[in-house]
Amino acid sequence: MGKITNEELLKNINTKFEGQLTLVGEPFGLLTLETGREQIIDILTYLKTDLSLQFIYLTDITAIHYPEQEKPIGVIYHLHSLINNVRIRIKVFLPDGDFHIPTATTVWDGANWMERETYDYFGVIFDGHPDLRRILNVDDMTAFPMRKEFPLEDPNRVDKKDYFFGR
Amino acid sequence: MSDIQIVGAPAGVEGAGFFATSLDKAVGLARANSLWPLPFATSCCGIEFMATMASHYDLSRFGAERLSFSPRQADLLMVMGTIAKKMGPVLRQVYLQMAEPRWVMAVGACASSGGIFDTYSVLQGIDEIIPVDVYVPGCPPRPEAIIDGFINIQKLVKTESLRRRNEPEYQKLLASYGIQ
Amino acid sequence: MQNHPVYSDNDPQNELSTLNLGPTHPATHGVFQNVLQLDGERIVSGVSTIGYIHRAFEKIAEHRPFYQITPLTDRLNYCSSPINNMGWHMTVEKLLGIETPKRVDYLRIIVMELARISDHIICNGVLGVDTGAFTGFLYMMEYREAIYEIYEEVCGSRLTTNIGRIGGFERNFNAIAFSKLRKFLKEFPPVLKEFESLFNRNRIFVDRTKGVAEVTAEAALSYSWSGPLLRAAGVDYDVRAMNPYSSYEDFDFEVPVGENGDVYSRFLVRNEEMKQSLRLIEQALVKLEKEPTDIFHADVPEFYLPPKEEVYNNMEALIYHFKIVMGEVPTPATEVYHSVEGANGELGFYLVNDGGRAPYRLHFRRPSFINYQMYAPMSRGMLLSDAIINMSSLNVIAGELDA
Repeated sequence: MGKITNEELLKNINTKFEGQLTLVGEPFGLLTLETGREQIIDILTYLKTDLSLQFIYLTDITAIHYPEQEKPIGVIYHLHSLINNVRIRIKVFLPDGDFHIPTATTVWDGANWMERETYDYFGVIFDGHPDLRRILNVDDMTAFPMRKEFPLEDPNRVDKKDYFFGR
Repeated sequence: MSDIQIVGAPAGVEGAGFFATSLDKAVGLARANSLWPLPFATSCCGIEFMATMASHYDLSRFGAERLSFSPRQADLLMVMGTIAKKMGPVLRQVYLQMAEPRWVMAVGACASSGGIFDTYSVLQGIDEIIPVDVYVPGCPPRPEAIIDGFINIQKLVKTESLRRRNEPEYQKLLASYGIQ
Repeated sequence: MQNHPVYSDNDPQNELSTLNLGPTHPATHGVFQNVLQLDGERIVSGVSTIGYIHRAFEKIAEHRPFYQITPLTDRLNYCSSPINNMGWHMTVEKLLGIETPKRVDYLRIIVMELARISDHIICNGVLGVDTGAFTGFLYMMEYREAIYEIYEEVCGSRLTTNIGRIGGFERNFNAIAFSKLRKFLKEFPPVLKEFESLFNRNRIFVDRTKGVAEVTAEAALSYSWSGPLLRAAGVDYDVRAMNPYSSYEDFDFEVPVGENGDVYSRFLVRNEEMKQSLRLIEQALVKLEKEPTDIFHADVPEFYLPPKEEVYNNMEALIYHFKIVMGEVPTPATEVYHSVEGANGELGFYLVNDGGRAPYRLHFRRPSFINYQMYAPMSRGMLLSDAIINMSSLNVIAGELDA
């Protein structure tokens, strides 16, 4: 559908960032790459500013938690090139206990709240973020609710004890 | 013949040139038919309240023409929508700012019980923090249901004693919520 | 005797005042808190606080099977729930590789465009209320009721519609639905025209909105704006045109674009979009005549919940019902991003599936959340009254903002 194919896109990025990216796949035609946090900002900046690519639109930043993995938390960027009508997904996995990644607010202003939301949900710390506070949850919350070990229901509830239901 | 209906007189003693009833009933009648609701609309139910208020359903027919956005001048707190734990203290503050007599209506499943959002961030019903007079079920309730809830509030208001706040029962209720 | 104020170093007039606007302020139409620093009437700086109705949609979604997530999507942008429902269904269909029949696509377009109209009715009507004109709101709300009546015929519900199933609709559109739809198509355009003639060249309204909160295309793109707001700023990005879904490519419609992104051009863009939506519905009705009238879902028994009578009377339907409800049908373990053009912008669903019954991770790209983050920065230097107008024309829906 887009004006450049995923092969061309991948080739273009690979010539610039040789060996720093790995191809994860193309689920439903959306090129998915994985990289490290050292070069993520360089890659995002390149994708945004390169004249043949022009991924000027940051669709989304979010994260995912795989508790069993060695690098449990992955930060996921969705970019969209409005000129070429091509989307790309970039993942960065972070090692346990060291959830630091440089901020993308230097590239897009809109990354601000997306990163705050990701911090709020997963506890990913975006280094250099101008205002990294909780955004949706109450300020004094200590846990990160979207991590898999966090329960959905409020653990402090008193009206849902088993004995109310004859269990 | 006008379509406008005038509310009937309360029970009392009538004779030539006079009508006697208890002050309770007269005041109750006046209160019930000129309630000033404070719409505390947070989410979906607030949109249905907009429909209730607008041209089609027209809540003004029940004497609630004047929405009071200031809690100081409101009689009825209509809580419409999910109250998250972050919002809880704000809601309580609004309730405390209201002057007696005050009534509370929990509109919709979320305000009544937390609804489908049985999660760590949602208050499981506003009756955990403030007393509620009427619950309106539905997710969201139809405007007719909101009006029905409103009529039930009116019934309550009509039969309320003049100074509810002095009743030991009411004071006990407020004390159970830690209010004053 | 001096009749004018005396300015000195400790003059209180030199100090900035702080105003806490919200979260229950009536002018904000929802639960938004902004702490503003004011120099007189002018805003010096502001901080937005959100999350007052955070309901943990994404966490709930990880614990619900696919078909039970539809009611959650209703409550994202509750002014146009069907778009969210359809967007979610299409995401799952994309994941499962379900091809929907053309008739389903066209029916979906009808419902989605009705939803877009009802959303814009609220936004533009409320913008009128905020500039002091209640009449337009009352005129238009009557027709939102007409749309709700059509929804009622289609699914039985008004606001949080839960329309459709994975694979199509749970029931066919009945004749009353079509007649109500035709009636709406006949009666609404003159009202829309009247609404426009009340506002478009109204001195008070134009003075109040033109040039207020102008946004450049660069700023809008940098803040990842989408939907009518981005288009009002001059960027013709519309998901329906760019990445057509649900057979939008078969339709002829225009993407209205504004000039400078101010409140007035957002108002015009939304009005124009309502007209385009009407065009789309009319085309869909014409196209529907050529389709068989009894098809309203794709033929995917392993994912489409069978009707209840079938479940009780038919062995096969009972087995499928059991398999769907218990999550016994294998699903591909992969990830999918699907976006639809919501009434406020690009509504995206990022679904990571591990083959189980519920999503491993579901993230909603919520346009209101992303659009609203520019509010505080753009309010700088604005008059307080203009900031209120700006807020209502951003059309931020609290449910979508806080998820």
